[in-house]
Amino acid sequence: MYRYDEFDERFVRERVAQFADQVARRLDGSLSEDEFKPLRLKNGVYLQLHAYMLRIAVPYGTLNARQLRQLALIGERYDRGYGHFTTRTNLQFNWPKLRDIPAILGLLADVEMHCIQTSGNCIRNVTADHFAGVARDEIEDPRPTAELIRQWSSGHPEFSYLPRKFKIAVTGAQEDRAVTRAHDIGLRLRRHPDTQETCYEVSVGGGLGRTPMIGKVVRDYLPKKDLLAYLEAILRVYNLEGRRDNKYKARVKILVHEIGAEEFARRVEAEFARLDGPSINADPEEVARIAAYFAPPAYETLPAVSNTLEAARAANPAFARWVEVNTTAHKVPGYTAVTISLKPAGQAPGDATSAQMRTVADLAERYSLDELRVTHAQNLVLPHVRLRDLPAIWRTLGEAGLAEANIGLVTDIISCPGLDYCALATARSIPIAQAIQQRFADAQRQREIGPLGIKISGCINACGHHHVGHIGILGLEKRGIESYQITLGGDAGENAAIGEILGPGLAAEEVPAAIERIVAVYLAERLEAESFIDAVRRLGLAPFKAAFQEVPRAAA
Amino acid sequence: MPLLDRNGAREDGWTRSEGAAVGNIPAVIVPWDSLADALAQQGDGRNIGVLIPNSLAISALAPFLPRLALVAIGFPAYSDGRGFSLARQLRRAGFAGELRASGPLIPDQFAYALACGFDTIELPQANAERQPLEQWLRARDSYSLTYQRGYGTPDRNILDRRRAARAAAAPGPR
Amino acid sequence: MAAAAKRVPLPAILLANDLLDGDVVFAAAAGPGGLAWTRDPARALVASDDAAAERLEAFAAAELRGNTVVDAYLVDIALEGGRPVPRHFRERFKTLGPSNRPDLGKQAGEGIAPAPKG
Repeated sequence: MYRYDEFDERFVRERVAQFADQVARRLDGSLSEDEFKPLRLKNGVYLQLHAYMLRIAVPYGTLNARQLRQLALIGERYDRGYGHFTTRTNLQFNWPKLRDIPAILGLLADVEMHCIQTSGNCIRNVTADHFAGVARDEIEDPRPTAELIRQWSSGHPEFSYLPRKFKIAVTGAQEDRAVTRAHDIGLRLRRHPDTQETCYEVSVGGGLGRTPMIGKVVRDYLPKKDLLAYLEAILRVYNLEGRRDNKYKARVKILVHEIGAEEFARRVEAEFARLDGPSINADPEEVARIAAYFAPPAYETLPAVSNTLEAARAANPAFARWVEVNTTAHKVPGYTAVTISLKPAGQAPGDATSAQMRTVADLAERYSLDELRVTHAQNLVLPHVRLRDLPAIWRTLGEAGLAEANIGLVTDIISCPGLDYCALATARSIPIAQAIQQRFADAQRQREIGPLGIKISGCINACGHHHVGHIGILGLEKRGIESYQITLGGDAGENAAIGEILGPGLAAEEVPAAIERIVAVYLAERLEAESFIDAVRRLGLAPFKAAFQEVPRAAA
Repeated sequence: MPLLDRNGAREDGWTRSEGAAVGNIPAVIVPWDSLADALAQQGDGRNIGVLIPNSLAISALAPFLPRLALVAIGFPAYSDGRGFSLARQLRRAGFAGELRASGPLIPDQFAYALACGFDTIELPQANAERQPLEQWLRARDSYSLTYQRGYGTPDRNILDRRRAARAAAAPGPR
Repeated sequence: MAAAAKRVPLPAILLANDLLDGDVVFAAAAGPGGLAWTRDPARALVASDDAAAERLEAFAAAELRGNTVVDAYLVDIALEGGRPVPRHFRERFKTLGPSNRPDLGKQAGEGIAPAPKG
């Protein structure tokens, strides 16, 4: 993975000093709260319901053991001994004190981490496929691109006061695990059919939130060398022409929608044509310098089948089940990628204690070439595991309460923090997730249902990606109580789709029964080996709507 | 209104005109709506500048640039960053006169404004009083190096410094 | 946003977040005629008439100007067993803590009970 050079190190240290100075100027009244708020947000500091919240960047979701241990330490020393992994593959602490944040930033800088641009109206932390460098369907590792963009976007003089936040995701695989089409800019590495050169397909204007939209492709094959100049052109058009009269219409998706993708592309191309690419782009040696950090690690030559693993699977059905559900094929024979579920029943989705972080850090160091990933589904990944080490890993995870075998299943719920923490939320999310997990706790039943993604947001801002959940749940307030709107048919993958609303909102306690009814329709109607989302696509909404109407309601 | 350049406080040699009347004022800034009229009355040796809204397209201003000694871009709020992009486009169009950011900017934007091509920042009195000069100068120097090529001098750019280091390390022909 | 043009229905309490800590704080009576911040919602001063509400608003405005708190506003409450309880569930969480973690926040006595010894 990438390591800072002296310049990166100095930049992050100077950011820490700058933030300390900003806090000092806020306290002495030089900066008003209105002025300070965007500045603290650009450094990941929110004011939530009960306390400040600090959002730490995990660029493109990649971590090493030392970094995760440092997060564990910060959690213990300055927070309440736990952190929350988010759908942007970041880590949030829920209880830091503003006075401690400069010290926390210093601890982060010690392990080459920061909170730069994890919020605010600027280019946010860049995300990528969590199986980057591992997946068999990958054309090229997206992380060198993501790292180049991380550097280019950090403290950008021109694009730090945009109309609204701006998110970029990169994938290099066939399957879009980075949800690129739901980002302001989505980059997909692909080969040009004639030249075989690796290029970017560039989509613009995706996004969830109040007005969910799927990104439109504005360039089919952008040569890699032109990336930064092309991004500059897109951002300049957006910075100048994006709406600033209405916060809810300020994302680039609205501009793309209002003038049309073709016209937007035309303006970008016109601006791009006027740019002097060589004076903007990173030179090939710099691109190669970054890429070298992501060269494949020193894998052993192993047989494709491990007898140790096979014997353990045969002996222990629970273990076999976990291997089946929580591991992903690796491109190197004898290796696998393990997804560690942060969704054990009864826990807030994405939460991990400092002790759990240390356990995972130890496992990464010992069994995964010192590498870890955070997924947008709020789980962790050990990306380079020898098949024969799986039994030992499973045992250790089990002792830490982290061996839940539910990846991609009905209880692997994505959830924002909701009104239990978030000042923007209109309703709670975590208790809804917990109630559904409890309802579907039976492992056999989960297996029977198969892949099914439930996503919950506690407000229209959609941090829980409810629009692209196979089943989406949106928490709202109706007449002084929490009310939950259910959507169906969303998809975050390469067939990205926005879910449709099934019917009137439900009270919190009615939600698990409603999910049960929806699942029952699927189980009754599915064809052999047909997944939930495929069945929804085939059947349409009607049978689900009918079942939804029969959900028993508490007296209104 | 208080004026800053990259070295600190600066006397303002320009006078603001509410309309097109430029009279015998040696250096006058007129509103965008009055620019054509003002230029029509321009006397010998008199300098004219214009205050433009940040929503103005560069193409509208471009025909006037050769006759302008100053362009001031309005910042209605410090959070409205359009002026930064407009400044870049003006410099790319070859404008070599004074480029001024006019509005309630904050010290943390000083370095960005300079990097995007501004020469001066004109602040409302209340802002300047609340955020004294030394805060602006400290904020200006927050970063010794930055990542974006083309927004300042290569010696302060990280990518250019890396390139220079590579060139120095490479075995050259002797 | 302290002195909102439209005031919440009375009775009401004033809450805010401490600027340095982020903790939720409540305006409480302190000394003769004075007000001070407390972390204990049970001690919040209840304003039952316009004069009392105006006094809380004036305190909020002064404290915001003084850079000691942020996000100060009045919250309408009901008195339950003599204790003020916000009518809206959002504000109720601010007096309690996260509902999924009863071990954390004010509901666990944080900032309210005397700190444990040792």
